[in-house]
Amino acid sequence: MLFRALADSTRRAILDELAVRDDQTLFEICSRLAVNHGLTPTRQAVSQHLDVLEDAGLVHSRREGRYRYHTLDTSPLREITRRWPVPGDA
Amino acid sequence: MPRITVFSIFVDDQREALAFYTDVLGFRLKADMPMGEHAWLTVVDPAHPDGTEISLEPAEHPAVGPFRAALAADGIPFTSFGVDDLDAEVARLTELGVRFTQPPLDFGPVRTAVLDDTCGNLIQLAQHVS
Repeated sequence: MLFRALADSTRRAILDELAVRDDQTLFEICSRLAVNHGLTPTRQAVSQHLDVLEDAGLVHSRREGRYRYHTLDTSPLREITRRWPVPGDA
Repeated sequence: MPRITVFSIFVDDQREALAFYTDVLGFRLKADMPMGEHAWLTVVDPAHPDGTEISLEPAEHPAVGPFRAALAADGIPFTSFGVDDLDAEVARLTELGVRFTQPPLDFGPVRTAVLDDTCGNLIQLAQHVS
C-alpha cells in the first residue's frame, strides 16, 4: 500500500505540497500542482490520488463544517528505514 | 455587444448577506426592490457606484444546495475579487472575524487567499503581483 502510493510522480508531488503546510483543501492542492509542478490533472484525478495516499496513511483528511482539509503524515515512511536501515542513522 | 452590469451570488439569507458584503467586505448597497418574500438586492464597489453590481440571490432552488455543498467541500471559490494589498486585507478581515480556508499564497502572477462569506460561498481574494 505504501509503496504503491509512492510509486506515482503526481502523488509524490502532492506529498511535496502537503509538506509545506497542513490543512489544505482540494482546491489549494490543485492550484499548487499547477503552479509549482506544471501538473493539471482533473480534480477527480487528484481526489483519487488523495484516496490512495489516505489508504496508505500518508494523508489524513478531516471535515470541518462544510470544508474538507488534507494533512500530511510521514510516519508510515518509518517502515522503509526499518526494513532497510540507513548506515550511520540511529 | 453586451456589457457586464450584474453578476449573481447565491446567498443563504439576503439580509445577512447584505450585512456581510457591506459592513465586512466594504461594498455599498445599490438596489433593494421587494420581490415577494425576497428582494432584488445588489451591492457595488463604493469607488465605482455605477459599475458592475453583485446581485445577492436567494439560494432556494433545490439544485443550489448540492452545487454549493460540493464546491465548498473541495474548497473551490465561487468567484474572485481583486485587492491591492492582499495581506493587509486578510489582516483587516481576520480582525473582523472572517474565516479563511486558504491563507495568502503566491500562485504565479497572483497572490490569493480564500474566505468564507458566511452565506454559503467561498470567495477568493486576488492581488496581481508583477
